[in-house]
Amino acid sequence: MTVNGKAVVVPGTNIDTDVLYPGIYLNIDDPELMKPYLFDGLDPSLRDQLMGDTVLVTGENFGMGSSREHVPLAMKAWGVRCVIGSSFARIFYRNCVNLALPAITCPAAAEAAEPGSQISVDVAAGKVSVDGREFVATPVPPFMLEMFERGGLIPWAQHKLARA
Amino acid sequence: MGYTVAEKILLAHSDVDHVEPGQVVMIRCDVVLANDVTGPVAFRQMEKMGTDEVFDRSKIVMVADHFAPAKDERSAILIKRLKEWSLEHDVVFYDQGRGGIEHNLIIQEGWVVPGSLIIGGDSHTCTHGAIGAFSSGVGSTDIAHCLVFGEFWEAVPGTIQVTVKGEKSPFVTGKDVILAVIGQIGAGGGTDNVLEFVGPGVQSLSIDERMAVSNLAVESGSETGIFPADEKTAAFLDGRTDKSWKAVHSDSDASYSRTLEVDFDRLEPLVAKPHNPENVVPVSEIVGTPIHQVVVGNCSNGTMTDLRQAAQMVKGKRVHERTRMVVVPATQKIYREALAEGLIDILVEAGAAISTPTCGPCFGGHTGALAPGENSLATTNRNFKGRAGSPEASVYLGNAFVAGATAVAGEIVNPAEVAP
Repeated sequence: MTVNGKAVVVPGTNIDTDVLYPGIYLNIDDPELMKPYLFDGLDPSLRDQLMGDTVLVTGENFGMGSSREHVPLAMKAWGVRCVIGSSFARIFYRNCVNLALPAITCPAAAEAAEPGSQISVDVAAGKVSVDGREFVATPVPPFMLEMFERGGLIPWAQHKLARA
Repeated sequence: MGYTVAEKILLAHSDVDHVEPGQVVMIRCDVVLANDVTGPVAFRQMEKMGTDEVFDRSKIVMVADHFAPAKDERSAILIKRLKEWSLEHDVVFYDQGRGGIEHNLIIQEGWVVPGSLIIGGDSHTCTHGAIGAFSSGVGSTDIAHCLVFGEFWEAVPGTIQVTVKGEKSPFVTGKDVILAVIGQIGAGGGTDNVLEFVGPGVQSLSIDERMAVSNLAVESGSETGIFPADEKTAAFLDGRTDKSWKAVHSDSDASYSRTLEVDFDRLEPLVAKPHNPENVVPVSEIVGTPIHQVVVGNCSNGTMTDLRQAAQMVKGKRVHERTRMVVVPATQKIYREALAEGLIDILVEAGAAISTPTCGPCFGGHTGALAPGENSLATTNRNFKGRAGSPEASVYLGNAFVAGATAVAGEIVNPAEVAP
């Protein structure tokens, strides 16, 4: 699978899910209604850059802390197609896998990308292109690749239920 | 080659005959836990999966704790949804006034035994490692899958072994053990790993203190923090549960990704400075920092042990006029025990505000938010920027002795320096 989008850079290391989606808005369970609060504790102006297909570019240990799935749900609702980062916290990474939002570990590409860069990612091949410059990502394990390609845990569950 | 305790528990809950770090396997759950924030999102995902059937109603627990008592209409709707779903599916539901904060609550009520597998829609599900279980916090889509199939996919973690040794000084607690670990390895240092706590120093940690240690494992990026069961675990479980269990220990030839040491002989109370739990310093380095609010409570440190420690420091004194003190017993049962023991009276007499059990003040949801420019000293687990209210507020994390002493002084103090 290949995903394309325009880079939105989320600067900093150890960006926690509280600043990505503050706790006071956790009393919302509809992803469409979560959209206005993404990045609210970090830099609300980042939302202004979310126009159409987007690749988020992130630093080390991105998404640490709370398990709130509101973060990747709101990202998907905004049209984020892929997250490229130096490293990801465990639960955020799981949530991305389960929602089929490819989270790709590629520090060099994350370093090279600037706001507005054109990014193209071949998820299976582990290749990232940033404004035409090629980078090699950490390979995505087969199970996660299958989840990204099959649309995540919901279609996977539907398939299992259909077979049962 | 042998297995670690984490690998053994995972292996026993899988259909494979060998596990090793990095391998992806399906793991069966003994308890599936969710709350008023993560439950309703999971129910939506379950509907999309196209089923309303749960795998085993006797293994599912729902707890209203994050926005309970409901802070507004939207929160009330989520709690109502959680309650109605629980009734429809005939699963256990702990409402406000009948339960408390989910992690302390289900340990208290005997849901967790050594060797069991606890999955929860809350990052602090790692708390259950205190009882020798493998417990993991996940998001809502994972919870939906667990509700339907009773299993989740797991990338087998490596194990970081932490040896605790030496003799604990007065005013040093379990909280300081885990802050020492987070300070050593950093907020992402445990990613793809679990922590395992062993060594002679573990004996001096009560189950309450072990809960604090395991609870903050996630703040190092670790999936969980496990205390292999011992006599203290057995004594705690005696009469509390009808589940059968067996202690699980690592093999002597198990393989570790890293080993660490925490030496009580060189440990004083620690504090994590804003805005990351990895910013750990000895309390003596930051004495004198003015504090406007002290919070004692939450799933890390709202136990009887913590309430006793805080009460010991404020007994017969007044909370400083600059400072507000909020105390949140973790469960309804702890609240009653604290009442019976006179702790609540000591705290109220000193000027503390007592809250019903809730997650509110820890995650900035409600009850005790901070204004710009205010500093808080909290026994909670996260001091992220803006988490407890204003992004211009600062949160310092410490143990309940430090919290109690600081409430009286109005500034951060070393409890060893002010104790009578």
